[in-house]
Order: sequence, then C-alpha cells, then structure tokens
Amino acid sequence: MAEKRFMTINMGPQHPATHGVLRLVLELDGEIVVKATPHIGHLHRGVEKLGENRTYHQFIPLTDRLDYTNAMGNNLAYVLAVEKLLDIEVPKRAQYLRVLMTELQRIAAHLIWLGTHVLDLGATTPIFYTFREREDILRIFDEVAGGRLTPTYMRIGGVSKDLPNGIEEKIRDFVQNFPGHVKEYETLLTENVIWLKRTKEVGIISKADAINWAVTGPTLRASGVNYDVRKAFPYSSYEQFDFDIPLGSVGDVYDRYVVRLREMEWSNSIAKQALERLPKGPVIAGDPKIPLPPKEAVMTDIASLIRQFKIASEGFQPPKGEVYASVESAKGELGFYLVSDGSNQPFRVRIRPPSFLNLSALPKMIEGSLIADVVSTIGSIDIVLGEIDR
Amino acid sequence: MAETQSPIDKLEEKFPASILEVTTFRDELTVTVAKKDLYEICKLLYSDPDFQYQFLTDLCGVDFLPETPRFQVVYLLHSMKNSRRMRLKVRVPEGESISSVESIWKAANWLEREVYDLFGIPFENHPDLRRILLWDGYEGYPLRKDYPVEGPDFDKPFVLEV
Repeated sequence: MAEKRFMTINMGPQHPATHGVLRLVLELDGEIVVKATPHIGHLHRGVEKLGENRTYHQFIPLTDRLDYTNAMGNNLAYVLAVEKLLDIEVPKRAQYLRVLMTELQRIAAHLIWLGTHVLDLGATTPIFYTFREREDILRIFDEVAGGRLTPTYMRIGGVSKDLPNGIEEKIRDFVQNFPGHVKEYETLLTENVIWLKRTKEVGIISKADAINWAVTGPTLRASGVNYDVRKAFPYSSYEQFDFDIPLGSVGDVYDRYVVRLREMEWSNSIAKQALERLPKGPVIAGDPKIPLPPKEAVMTDIASLIRQFKIASEGFQPPKGEVYASVESAKGELGFYLVSDGSNQPFRVRIRPPSFLNLSALPKMIEGSLIADVVSTIGSIDIVLGEIDR
Repeated sequence: MAETQSPIDKLEEKFPASILEVTTFRDELTVTVAKKDLYEICKLLYSDPDFQYQFLTDLCGVDFLPETPRFQVVYLLHSMKNSRRMRLKVRVPEGESISSVESIWKAANWLEREVYDLFGIPFENHPDLRRILLWDGYEGYPLRKDYPVEGPDFDKPFVLEV
C-alpha cells in the first residue's frame, strides 16, 4: 500500500484573497485542508513600543493606522481609555458626534468587507455599488475631520471640531437613502444560488468554540452569542440609543454575511437617531490642562498661547494606574489597556486587536474543509492586517 | 464592572497564600496572584459557577525594569453570564517561565506567543511556542524597556547577506 502523503502549499503573503500580507501554509489531502498555519507579522511596525515614547496626544494619529478601514472606532477606543485614566467628563454633544461618526465608519468598513469579500468569490458587480456608498461616507469625513481614511477626529476630552455648515443635510440624505442601497446589495446576493453554494455551511465555528477562542464582533454574533460591547459595557451614551443586536444561528460564512448586513442597517438607524437628537453645546471638555485651547484664543490671548505650547510639547500627567477601555469596532472588541506611571507618556500601551484573535481561530474554521472554502472563510472573518501586526 | 466582594473572598479562601493584592482603580478590579498557583486559579475562575470567566479578552506583558520581579503578565477575564470583567496579574522574574493557560482558553495560544515574542517570557506546556510577529532567528525582545525604540542596529549600514 502506498504511503499516505500530504501536499503542502503556500498561500500568500501576496495573494488577493488574503486581504493584506497574510501567509497561510496549508497541508492538503487532495482538496481537503488537513492543517492550516497562518504566518503573520509582515506589517509589524511596533505601534505599542512607539506609544511608550510619545505623549498621550501624539498617539492618536497612530491609532488611525491600526485597522485602517475603521479609523474613527480606533480613535474612540484610545481616547476612551485615556479619559477613563484621567476621569474626565466628555460633553454630550461630543459623545453624540462620536457615535454618529463611528456608526458611519462601521457602515463604511462593512461596505469594504462586502465588496471585497464577494469579489474574492467571483462576483465583480457588488464592489461598484458598495464603494459608491463608501465614497459618500468618506466625503462626509473629509468635510468633518479633514481626512478620508485617517481622519484623526477624536481628541482626549471630545472631538477636534464641530460639524461644518451644511454637512447635516448631507448626512441626512445619506441615512435616508442607505436602507434602499442595502436592498440593492441583497438583490445581488442574498438569494443568489452561487453565493449560497459558496457560503452556506462553510467555515463553521460553534458557539462554545467561538467563546473559547475569544472571537468577537460579527463573527462571534453569527455563531449566536449575544455579545456586543455597545450593549454589555455601554460607552459614549450608547445606552440612550435604540438598537438591536443581529444574531446568527449556524456560525457559517452566510450567517456572518447576514449579521453584517443587518448591522449596517442598525448602524444607519443609530446614526439617524444621533443626528436627530444631537444636543447643543461644546464639543470638547473645558478642562484647561488637557485639550488644546481653541485656535482663535491662541492667536489673541497670551495665556492660551502658553497653554497651547505647554500641552503640545509636554502634554499632561495623568495619575498612576491602569485602565482598560474597549469599543465595538467593525471587527469586534477593540480595547486599549494603558499603564500610567504618572509621567506624560504612557508606561505601556497595549492594543487588544479583534482581528488578531479572530484570525487565530481561522485554522479551527477551515481544517477539514475544501481549499476553495479557505478563501471564502478568510473573507468572512474580515481581517485587517494593519491591526493584527500592529 | 461592579464586583461584589464575596467571590473574591472565595478565591482567598481557596488559595490563601497566593492572593497577593486586590485593588480597584476606576471601578476595575485587579487581583495579583502568585505564579505557582496561576494555572489552578485560572481553572477555578473559568469553571466555578460564582466566576464563570469563560472569555479571555486579553493577555499581555508589561516590563517594569528596574523593579524586581521585572515582568508582569496581565490577564483580562470576562464573564459573559455575569457581565463582569476582572484583571489577573502575575509577577514574573527575569529568566523564569510561567505556566500556559492555553488548555483553558484557546485564545491564549496566540496571545502567549506574542508575549514570548516581544518580552521573551517562556510559557510552560504551550503546544506551539514560536515567535509570531517577528521572524524566527530575530535577536532581542522589542517591548522590553532596555530595547532601543529605533532598534539596536539603526545606525549601522545595511548589508545584504547572500
């Protein structure tokens, strides 16, 4: 009898379906994956080390570059951690603006995912639809924050600036039209036979396994676990918004698709609520030691000029201690664990990247399945290597 | 993250000598435990009906050079049933290893590899302890405080070895 032999193939790191520089070593028995070993780190920039060598304010722009499809959410997670450390109150208007922006960002991130994921599986049409709506959101960000992909909008104590004139009308237009666009995507995919064949009963992870592997986000909820940081540990006034957590039951690629579609609709609804109920008032905390003073004051008043100089060069000194704050980013629970030694730089910045842990469960999902399903599964867990490798 | 005092009492009852410190900062509960009982404590926290910390949110290292013991390994546990979080800390002297909790939470697999990779703390009984973000053969542990932020060879000319 001939000896049983496996074939080892290398997938990536430059493969269009790996969404970045992910390398997988697959051991195959015919077309069945026996063992999968992900190799990561090609995009490692040492962000956590860099964080220890700059002031608290200076770290904000680096967070945009973690999960670059979800910059607003990354900003928010970091500033929430610093605010918790400082124990400062954020004005209501700033909290609502944060919710508005992160929910629009979640829609944009899910649209990228939807377009590229179905493109991997051979459907070239949807990406043109999804990028059309994503462009609308990025234009809104451009006007609001001055940046499309890396807006760096959040500040410690609030947000960088208030909404510009006329933008509310544009956001209102967007949230009004978006549910119709979701229906367009659904006509292309939800009952498409090829789509169903490629996604149903593929890349399954059970409820218990998903919890044990610390999978979070839509991937966890598709397995039927009702955990969303926005509900479990509300931040930034999320308890005042009315929304549901869409859940799946099987935990396959199709469920993740459905969960994300429904999540986009809820995000749209939350954005609408935030816009309707947007309170009046300041957009940054009035604390004199932490946020930068307004630019007009800096130009006219010597005390503000000195404060601007002190805060920009030295920063501030939070109390000794350690905090963890997390948000529900588009990918899952994104957390920042900060250790402060009382100086103006963090002693340790630890980022809890959702994609890192979601990817660690990938071998569990694909071992025993066909090699063609690997592409489908990688797409469905929606990884961003900028966040995994940090 | 409101934590009633009673479950922690239970922990202290079971492991009287191993609970070194219990602190609360900004409503976050932190328990520092002795290294030798780490695995048993984790097992209890995972399965005991009073705790049910079945979700390992995060695991990371911190370097406190020049303090001794030098390192801390920090576990952030989350109980979905009780909607509670707690932080577990272990002090690890330089050169010593620590027991892996991979057999309790599978999530620890990659997280422990990352701590090993960036701090050089080895984990006992880990099924696959390799570097994860950096490549095999890399020298040094970048997140240690005595590792220069520019890297050790930033001012040396780059020579391609063929």
